Amino acid sequence: MIKFGNRMEKVITGKAFVLGDNIDTDQIIPAEHLVYSMDDENEAKMYGKYALSSVPNDQSGLPQGGIPFVKDGEYESEYAIIIGGSNFGCGSSREHAPYALMKAGAKVIVAESYARIFYRNSVDGGFVVPYESVEKINDKIKTGDEVKIDLDENKITNLTTSESFDLKPLGNVLPIIAAGGLFEYARKSNMI
Amino acid sequence: MAMTITEKILANSAGKDTVKPGENIWLNVDVLMTHDVCGPPTIGIWKKEFGEKAKIWDKDKLVIFPDHYIFTANKHANRNVDILREFAAEYQVDNYYDVGTERYKGVCHIALAEEGYDIPGTVLIGTDSHTCTSGAFGLFSTGVGNTDAAFILGTGKIWEKVPESMKFTFNGKLPNYLTAKDLILHILGDITTDGATYRAMEFDGEAVFDLSMNERMTLTNMAIEAGGMNGIIAVDEVTEQYVKERTDKEYQIFNSDPDAEYHSKYVYNAEELEPVVAKPHSPDNRDTVRNVEGTKITKAYIGSCTGGKISDFRFAAQIIDKQEVKVPTFIVPASTEVAAQLEVEQHNGRSLKEIFENAGAVIAKSSCAACLGGPDDTIGRAVDYDVTISTTNRNFPGRMGSRKSEVYLASPLTVASSAITGVITDPRNFL
Repeated sequence: MIKFGNRMEKVITGKAFVLGDNIDTDQIIPAEHLVYSMDDENEAKMYGKYALSSVPNDQSGLPQGGIPFVKDGEYESEYAIIIGGSNFGCGSSREHAPYALMKAGAKVIVAESYARIFYRNSVDGGFVVPYESVEKINDKIKTGDEVKIDLDENKITNLTTSESFDLKPLGNVLPIIAAGGLFEYARKSNMI
Repeated sequence: MAMTITEKILANSAGKDTVKPGENIWLNVDVLMTHDVCGPPTIGIWKKEFGEKAKIWDKDKLVIFPDHYIFTANKHANRNVDILREFAAEYQVDNYYDVGTERYKGVCHIALAEEGYDIPGTVLIGTDSHTCTSGAFGLFSTGVGNTDAAFILGTGKIWEKVPESMKFTFNGKLPNYLTAKDLILHILGDITTDGATYRAMEFDGEAVFDLSMNERMTLTNMAIEAGGMNGIIAVDEVTEQYVKERTDKEYQIFNSDPDAEYHSKYVYNAEELEPVVAKPHSPDNRDTVRNVEGTKITKAYIGSCTGGKISDFRFAAQIIDKQEVKVPTFIVPASTEVAAQLEVEQHNGRSLKEIFENAGAVIAKSSCAACLGGPDDTIGRAVDYDVTISTTNRNFPGRMGSRKSEVYLASPLTVASSAITGVITDPRNFL
């Protein structure tokens, strides 16, 4: 059973938001917004509002483009699953990046590959599940498609087209994800 | 078993005889560094997770440099510095370098070196992706997020997967028209922005060991731009001299075994390379300066942990001396020590500061400033359709401010040459 944050979910379904390669942390949450408190909910929701706000317009919500992840004036996204290409989350170490995606309502990212610090932050902070796809899939799913992710089977299904794709098992980091983050994991293992 | 320098340092930190790439290990951290953007949320997580038991594992090993959003009226940014100040006072953190005092330093990665925290053979973790800069001193350094940093703050420990190593050798002598920035942009063009993901990047060769420590830091600084976990250069007499001038702490020297295994090896002849830029919008979008020569720019920027060291300003002053800049040009010394050096160091009988001022450049106070855009009132920030040529490290969409702007990354020689012509210009025209 996967425990993720406060949720216990083995199957996650939702609408997909599709992006290209090299989505860097400045695109995920622009640096000017890094000043908001994460402890004060009135300020913390700003991270959701500005999540993925610096993705170039034509690259935002592929293949069509021009689709905002979070609509103007809103704090949460209608998309729970982000589909990316290679090197997702490259750039800075800002943990605000996976945090912002979580605040906007994203639960899982499926990308071909990740930058190291973004991957660690997603896992250790318990914000989003960073899955790697076995093959490139951001050209096989369209923004708005309904998708289902099965965490036991390591599989993503495009419910709109009924196509399924394999995901790489979460491996070494699964116990941390299952615990809900590094601190929960460390407490369970009597490290702290 | 033969090991690389990175593997030896990690094994030593984990208390093991040997480690292998792919192995997950727990490291004992020698220095934890944080700043005003990631420090406050790190402290927040530490307090929440450890609760009343929250205790700094070793406050002599915690170093805090406010440096990102310093000279701004943004109240949220200023509040972040207030949080650091209160935390340092409450927990008696001696290694806190407060804004508005003589202790203020500026950009953390350069200040770590200047203040003697870059100790060969150690493990240094920071809440900033450019923490890999410190690897120029033959140590393991890497960037982490707030949760990992909060865990270290309470326990002194971090888990890491031992990286495979890649080796980059620059043979020959570096010509006077090239700098370390050209070398790392060459590598990025070859291996791309994820060419070293989860790997160590080891730099070697005559042209590397001929570099000053400042220039070596430019190489290791941009390891993260290839996705690297760390950048590293072995210790030689240049390293030891710098370290001994800054600290009397003892250190251990590790070297890669001749038969150590590498993921891959790249060999360059420094004498055959050309000045290069990274075109918008990626640090791996390499082209020669000659191919983009004549491209109109609207701003020039010399600053940051990558390109705001005294060595960068020496290069720039050679070109700008007795000239006038044709576009707004920003000189942002990385640290207050570099700022002081600008007033003292002379070129052709004038201080570097005078040379830049007489040319019409703006000299800003030390901080990260517009390298990452920052609040609206940040000096040098890109607005509207600005085309900036910059000695900084990233040219992602919107990185230096406006989402509509473009950034060319280049060496201080190329940025200075372009500043005095208003178009991208090869430094060989002036040398």
